[in-house]
Amino acid sequence: MSLKDKLTELQQHGLADIQKSSDLKDVNQIRVSLLGKKGPITEVLRGMRDLDAEERPKVGAFANEVRDTLTTALAKRREELEAAVLNARLAKETLDVTLPGTPVAKGEPHVIQQIIDQIEDLFLGMGYQVLSGPEVEEDKYNFEMMNLPKNHPARDMQDTFYITKEILMRTQTSPMQARTLEKHDFSQGPLKMISPGVVYRRDTDDPTHSHQFHQVEGLVIDKHVTMADLKGTLQVLAHELFGDKFDVRLRPSYFPFTEPSVEADITCFNCGGKGCNVCKNTGWIEVLGAGMVHPNVLKMAGVDPDVYGGFAFGVGPDRFAMLKYGVDDIRNFYLNDVRFLTQFTKKG
Amino acid sequence: MNISYNWIKEYLDLDVSAADLAEKIERTSVEVDSVTRPADGLKKVVVGHVNAMEAHPDSDHLHICEVDVGDDQPSQIVCGAPNIAAGQNVIVALPGSRIGGNVKIKRSKMRGVESDGMICSLQEIGFSEDVVPKEYADGIYVLPADATPGEPVFHILGMDDSLIDLDVTPNRGDMLSLNGTLRDLAAIYDKPVTLDQPAVKETGDAIADQLTLHVDDQLSPQYRMRLVRNIQIKPSPMWLQVRLWNAGMRPINNVVDVTNYIMLKYGQPLHAFDYDKFSGQDVYVRTAQAGEKLTTLDENDHELDPTDIVIADSQAPIALAGVMGGLSTAISDQTTTVAIEAAVFESVHIRKAAQRHHLHTDASQRFERGVNQAGVQDALDAAAQMLDELAAGTVQTGTAVGSNRVPEPAVIPLTLTHVNAVLGMDLSMERVTHILETLGFTVAVAGDQLTVTVPIRRNDIHIPADLLEEIARIYGYDNIPATLPTGRMTQGRLTAAQRLMRATRHSLEGLGLNQAISYALTTEDKAKMFLMRPSEVTKLAWPMSVDHAVLRMNMVTGLLDDIAYNTARKVKDVALYEQGRVFYREDGTDRPSEEEHIAGAVTGTLMPEAWDQAAKPVDFYQVKGMVEAYLQDMAVNGDVTYVPNADMPEMHPGRTADILVHGHRIGYLGQVHPTIAKRFKIGATYVFELNLQAIIDMPKQENQYDVISRYPAITRDIAMLVADDVTNEQVVNLIEKRGGAYLQSVKLFDVYAGVKVPKGKKSLAYTLTYQDKHATLVDDAVNQAFDKVSHRLQDELGAEIR
Repeated sequence: MSLKDKLTELQQHGLADIQKSSDLKDVNQIRVSLLGKKGPITEVLRGMRDLDAEERPKVGAFANEVRDTLTTALAKRREELEAAVLNARLAKETLDVTLPGTPVAKGEPHVIQQIIDQIEDLFLGMGYQVLSGPEVEEDKYNFEMMNLPKNHPARDMQDTFYITKEILMRTQTSPMQARTLEKHDFSQGPLKMISPGVVYRRDTDDPTHSHQFHQVEGLVIDKHVTMADLKGTLQVLAHELFGDKFDVRLRPSYFPFTEPSVEADITCFNCGGKGCNVCKNTGWIEVLGAGMVHPNVLKMAGVDPDVYGGFAFGVGPDRFAMLKYGVDDIRNFYLNDVRFLTQFTKKG
Repeated sequence: MNISYNWIKEYLDLDVSAADLAEKIERTSVEVDSVTRPADGLKKVVVGHVNAMEAHPDSDHLHICEVDVGDDQPSQIVCGAPNIAAGQNVIVALPGSRIGGNVKIKRSKMRGVESDGMICSLQEIGFSEDVVPKEYADGIYVLPADATPGEPVFHILGMDDSLIDLDVTPNRGDMLSLNGTLRDLAAIYDKPVTLDQPAVKETGDAIADQLTLHVDDQLSPQYRMRLVRNIQIKPSPMWLQVRLWNAGMRPINNVVDVTNYIMLKYGQPLHAFDYDKFSGQDVYVRTAQAGEKLTTLDENDHELDPTDIVIADSQAPIALAGVMGGLSTAISDQTTTVAIEAAVFESVHIRKAAQRHHLHTDASQRFERGVNQAGVQDALDAAAQMLDELAAGTVQTGTAVGSNRVPEPAVIPLTLTHVNAVLGMDLSMERVTHILETLGFTVAVAGDQLTVTVPIRRNDIHIPADLLEEIARIYGYDNIPATLPTGRMTQGRLTAAQRLMRATRHSLEGLGLNQAISYALTTEDKAKMFLMRPSEVTKLAWPMSVDHAVLRMNMVTGLLDDIAYNTARKVKDVALYEQGRVFYREDGTDRPSEEEHIAGAVTGTLMPEAWDQAAKPVDFYQVKGMVEAYLQDMAVNGDVTYVPNADMPEMHPGRTADILVHGHRIGYLGQVHPTIAKRFKIGATYVFELNLQAIIDMPKQENQYDVISRYPAITRDIAMLVADDVTNEQVVNLIEKRGGAYLQSVKLFDVYAGVKVPKGKKSLAYTLTYQDKHATLVDDAVNQAFDKVSHRLQDELGAEIR
């Protein structure tokens, strides 16, 4: 048998064995037995010295060819087997992807806070400052400087928690009008501010009354501020909080610290203005009080009403939240049932 | 106040429905609470004539009545009312009818006798108890004799009218009357209105000989009386009763009803006295004297206050002026001579008296807001005229006048430029003038200037701004454009403190806490708990309840209340934070200072239990981790340290730490003392409270870029046995101090104190990470540093390196 035939036979048997191998160990053994130092190919090559010079390179080249073929076949088989092993492992690792994800601890802002933040951001964008004032107020700021002297009948509109005769829990955020008007330097530009905060009324808590609730006061004072500006500003606010489809209408009202005084209604979100139970068939829902700042308020704070004027408004985030989300009991905001707090999480 | 649609239409030619009218009033004048038509929802309720009746054989109070309901055959109706009688016209609910409360009436049997419907009381067809005439309060109502059997009762009883309930704001006293409402509507609809002018026939003797008034005009700027003799007391005619009950008032008798009717029409409260009960002929208007008492018409006794205004005869008070009359001079069935009072009382006195005596009456409401001071005599004359017509009275000649101070009408200057500048509109002079004139104001125009004279009845109009409101509302707020303020630009930005407060909330929410807003008013007991500094309590003078009587001086108790609320509702896992103010008061001051605080409270488990995650009850270190993360977020400049505090009575003595920044205490954290938790009826709860104002005021670190080293880090683990009282902080501090220049971090990875370590000892294990930012570290350098630390630990803390 010539060396060449021997090599051919080796290649045939080798390839057959490789094809038959069933795991990586087999493949390795085949590699060692065929291509190792003591393997048959090495032996064949060793026998080449007996060949004549003409034959030798040809057989040598053929031997290399056989070795390459077998090496390639081994590598290919190894890859195949490795892939099979991996696939088998991956198959075993298969998960039920429909099992729920691991829950994470997640906190949420209070719904009233969300509304206050929304209002703040809106007015910040329109160049307003955000100011906060004391919750324990002087009668002077809460009432007297708001044009509500002692014995004014409108004081009955707001039952007050007094601490002493002159110190009280503020019943409204309006005292911040007087406090900022007193301080503002109009040579530095107009006064544009909102003031959110907690207010208190001497009320018995029930589904529609709370002795503690929130207000956001707004105040704009400059040389040429109009009632039309008030209307436009309230419209922007309604659009921000409820959506662009909502309309604002003004109705006459009475607050001692504004003249003219108005209440603002928005289109009923429930029926879109057609009339329903929520809006008592009017198509409108009362949301806030506003007006042009009363000259007495300006005067008492040392601002000349013949030069400066403007508007003020007061909105109730509690009421907004109740309207917007259909919350039927105001006490929910202050009892902090986790099942309530975690309902207002949609941010998209 | 209920105002009648039909009554309005008697004077004003309006082509609008009651609902549209109400809408217009609400848009232009005052708020409307409701529009109701009493007959709505009722049907087949008709006049019946009781032809005859007999006692029910099986009942001691039922009667079987033969009732003509307009059909060919009379109906048989069983009735149990005590005042049923043959010959009466009554209210019959026919079979198939609907009465008050949406009740359906069917043909039925009562104790075996057929009843073709039901004879009704006023209450049964929807009338309020408060307006039903006393004589019919406990039985059926008897209709006028001229009512036609079979005809619906609604028109007779005024139930087909629409009643518009006005919620009149405190400034619009003028709207508490028909006449005031008519004047406003005349302007709103731009239509003429002619109000009745009273014409009284004086046929009696001169009043001056019969009555003398002595009035302090500081208390009562106007005080007038008329005298009407030969009065016949009887029920008022049907039309008058209807007016009253539709306005929410109970008909009583012709005299009292006339005074109420005039009040509804003119807005002027009147009072009728039984003249013959006066002691003498002198009537005084004065303040009450110490010790004086008065029994009012409602039969309540009042101790009078020296600031109460009273009407008195020569002996004693006979009325609480402007609020309620006295019982001793009340109109009775025997009254023959009536003194009618029409007056103006000082509003502050009336307001105080009504509050003090808990007597908020229709009269006091009107006097508090101010009546038409130019219309007092008209109202008095109209009443006298009606007593002549309805009670056969003889009006005595003249009016007794005790005081007569009528204010001057307000004259207000205004410019058209100002009107348009404030309203943001472009109204013409003609338009503005016309609006003011339709309101009954007199306007003189000179160029741009208007001079407006306001009728006395509009006591709410004093300054130009008041006129602007009149112009704007009559012109229509809908017609005002919507614009935004122009003028100089202003910067809208949050202050550093406001940004930090927002960052605080976001940080804590990111850490898994839900924001709570609790009540700032609490009990004295709770206010005083968890104090971070000594403070006096601040109490409300007149709290509504003991639960909300004192201002909080800590945030934690509010959160514990919240947890208790959740626990009681079987919500076991609660993780809350709250940002708000606490109120500290120094002794000797009235007003507390307000300090921003932030607090958290966690009970149950922080990470929700799940199929792949076991429930892990919250512990000290989880909450500490939150506080650490939060304080890192806030980047306060200075070391944050945690120092054991065993002295807070509301906290677990072994599981509480004070939180110090740069040695300054800003708060605490730990477990609520089990006895306190028990008092709140909650489980194991971990809390923290921080002085947020202090955090706001502290200097902060800025964000800074730190080069990330390209060179590898080397770690070494060290485990040691130390005595139980050696703290982690001591070990870490020492390692950090002695760790050498390349030590980057020290991380505790194991704490063990159990059977495998000797008693009184614990095992601590740390990973030390070394890195040179500018070169590859060589093992030798690390080994040297590591050995040095090991020796220091042995020498300084007695550690046994394992």
